[in-house]
Formats: sequence, structure tokens, C-alpha cells
Amino acid sequence: MAKVRKGIEVSIAMADAVAQANVDVIGAYPITPQTHIVEHLSEIVANGELDAEFVPVDSEHSAMSVCCGSAAVGARTFTSTSSQGLALMAEIFYIAAAMRLPIVMALANRSLSSPLSIWNDHTDTMMVRDAGWIHIFVENGQESYDNIFTAFRIAEDAGVMLPVAVNFDGFILTHMIEPIEYEDNDTIAKYLPAFKMKNTLHPDNPVSMGCFGMPEIYTEAQMQREDAIRKAYPTIIKAWKEWGDLTGRYYHPVETYRSEDADYCIVTMGSYGETAMEVVDSLREEGEKVGVVKIRLWRPFPMEEFRKAVLGKKTLIVLDRAISFGGPGGPVASELRSALYNKEGAPVIVNYVAGLAGRDVSRNDFRNIILEGKARAGKGDTEGFTLYGLRG
Amino acid sequence: MAKPMEQIKWQELEVGSVVIEVGNAKVYETGTWRSEKPVVNKEQCIKCGVCWLFCPDGCIVRAPEGHFEADLTYCKGCAICAKECPVGCITMISEEE
Repeated sequence: MAKVRKGIEVSIAMADAVAQANVDVIGAYPITPQTHIVEHLSEIVANGELDAEFVPVDSEHSAMSVCCGSAAVGARTFTSTSSQGLALMAEIFYIAAAMRLPIVMALANRSLSSPLSIWNDHTDTMMVRDAGWIHIFVENGQESYDNIFTAFRIAEDAGVMLPVAVNFDGFILTHMIEPIEYEDNDTIAKYLPAFKMKNTLHPDNPVSMGCFGMPEIYTEAQMQREDAIRKAYPTIIKAWKEWGDLTGRYYHPVETYRSEDADYCIVTMGSYGETAMEVVDSLREEGEKVGVVKIRLWRPFPMEEFRKAVLGKKTLIVLDRAISFGGPGGPVASELRSALYNKEGAPVIVNYVAGLAGRDVSRNDFRNIILEGKARAGKGDTEGFTLYGLRG
Repeated sequence: MAKPMEQIKWQELEVGSVVIEVGNAKVYETGTWRSEKPVVNKEQCIKCGVCWLFCPDGCIVRAPEGHFEADLTYCKGCAICAKECPVGCITMISEEE
């Protein structure tokens, strides 16, 4: 693959990225809206363009099990899933992180049943928020392509050894044709050298993975995971910096747009950041001092960067894409409120849940959310969350 | 042999809590779990080894006389041996007695 800019479906570009990353094993089961990635990878392997094992499994539970097995022998391993597939995978998804297996997943974000829905929101990923995976959210096709490489680089770092999920919005990204710059294979090979695990499954040097842990050891095992994901942070920064130095495209845990002098900001994750920036541009023309704060790195949560970006603002309007039923607010807003609690200069948070299961959130909707949110903050109406666009 | 697990600090665990020492289940004395112990009637025992085969913990050993007995350091008292013995020569006796 040479360095080239092409108009291509984002899923296909992601599959191409996985091939360029020279993976050894793909264990995957097709599910909408991730299907094109897996189909295209299956083709690439069948055509002999990539020397890898494509394991077509009977379910997502098996897909993640295959991934655990292959990563455990030190093979570069990829999978992709969505929604119900992730739910079925959940048991092994947790185990992958606990066993510190550097699997990379393209997680095409989709709602969970029921009602049955194939469309996009963030309900699926929020279900596995606490599994111990590193979670990156991307906004467009280029970011999706790029972050396959950064994800492998982060996951396989000897000091990290954790699985990484690249979250990208179902349909809004998976099925969109976008201009994407491909990097040449030499650049990729330089950025992503072969990796070596300290302990692998090998008959010459037997080890036991995923052992039974009594109450006397479970707490210590969990602390090791907590320490690992926190310490992954500087490696993530470095991986993004080096990717930027190679390609000119830099990524940061928290990204802002016109927020420096803003009184208030809208906070987004994923593809909605693009719409938010456009709407902020037009509101700025009307004199509104508004900006955008985008959370790219969800786990490990970038506490300091987030605080630095928002302390001193009056209001944050947080856009969630999932409900925490009976909870204090949407999952993102709840965490941000917690991150700001008792901090001097903390903005108040107004929380909207919008765009559930693919319901379109237009520029006009963003405008309404931003202006209504600002007005509500002015009235002190900041409890809980509001389901935007709800009838009745 | 590995440290007893209640002495291991979290920093000392291998990445992913991988156990790199082969056969270290030996240091974990599961005999403390037991509420009943299997007692073999040596007269009745036909030395067939069915108990040895079925024991899920592999804690049954052959005595020099040829019959089989549980190693009480590891025997959890599950009673599978007593259930499977074709001549019924294994009796479960409460540890309290």
C-alpha cells in the first residue's frame, strides 16, 4: 500500500488498516453495522493479500475467546463487533483486559435491544466501560483509520499490555464514504514493529493464564489492572505524538474547539463533535461565546486535561448518547460531574441525552440544545438529564 | 516454591496475574476446606484405583500396601471417591467427630 488519498467507505478503510498493521489473527463474527470490516478482512485473507488466520466463529463469545487465545501466544490480534455482539462477548471482554492481552477491537457503536435497533448510539460501549479496556473515540473516517495503528501501538507496549477499543459511530461512520489518507506500508512498519510478550503460552515454557483467585489475591490482581491502565496514559500520549510526527495528524485525550475564550461549551464524544464544531461556528457569528470540548480518550479518563479544558467556564452542556436508567444522569455527564465536584471554578453541567438509536441530531437540534442548555444553566435547572426531542 | 498468596503484594504479580511457576498449586493446601474426610476400609478395598481415577483434585495416592488413600493436605472432602468406589469401602467421616 502506497501513501494515497482516496474516497472510501470507512469500514473498508479500517479493514485495510488492520491488514496494513499486519495482524496475525482475526477472530470475528459479523454484526451490523460492523459487518463490512469483517467481510473485507475475510476477503483480504482469502485473496492471499494478508498472511493471517481469519477464524470465522459461531458467536461473538467465541470470537473474543479466539482473540484471547491468539493474543496469549503473542500473535497480533484484531476483532470487531457491535451492540448485541458486544453483549454476548462481555464475559470474555472482561477477561481479555484482566489477562492483559493486547487485542484491538473496532467497536462500531450501536444501541442495545430492546426495541431491537441496529442504529447508532453509545449504549453498547457504556455497558463495558468498566472492563479495563482502553477506550478511544474517533470522529471521522481518517481518525478511524489512524487509530487502528495507534491502538496496536498502545496495546502492545510492554508497559501497557491492555486491549484497546476504537469506538466509532455505527452507520454515521461505518457506512460513510469519506476522503481518507492512507499511509504507506513502510511508515506503518516503522511505527508498528513486531512486539514481544514476556509470558506467552508455549509448550517450551509453560505458564498458567486466567487462574483461579481466592479472596486473598483478587484485590491485588485488580490493583495491578488499575495501575496498568493509569500508567498507560503517557504511552497513549506518546503513541499519538509519534503518529502525528509521522503523518501530521495529532490526537489528544481531550480536544477543544474555540473554547479558549468561551463562557460555555458543549461536550461530545465521537462523530457528533463534527456537527458541534459547525454549529459553534455559526453561533459564534451571532456573538455566542461558545466552544466545543471533545473527549477522545474515555479510559483511562483524562482527568487533568479535562479539568484544564473546562475549569473557569460557566456551563458545560454534556451530550450523552446513552441512558443510565435510574441513575444520576447520562454516563458521560455523571463522570464529568464527578470529575468537577468540589473543584474551584467548576462549571455547572446541563445534561442532554440525544441521538438514541440513530435518531438524527441535526445542526438545528445542536443549536437548540446549546441555547436551551445555556438558558437552563442560567435558571439553575441542572439536575439529572433531559431526553432531547422526546414526544409527550 | 511460590509465596503463600496472602503474602504477595500487588506489585509482585506477573502481568495479567500469569502464574509462571509450574505445579505451584501444591502450595495451596485445600485440605482446610474439608468438613468430611474419606476413610478407607483396607480389608474391603480391592485396589482397583477407581477412586484415584475419579478424584477431581488428584489427591488420592497409592499406599505401599497397595490400597488407595486420600492425601488430607489437599482432599476437599467432596466424597466423589466414596460415591464411585465399586465395593463401597470408603466412608465419609465428619471432621467434628
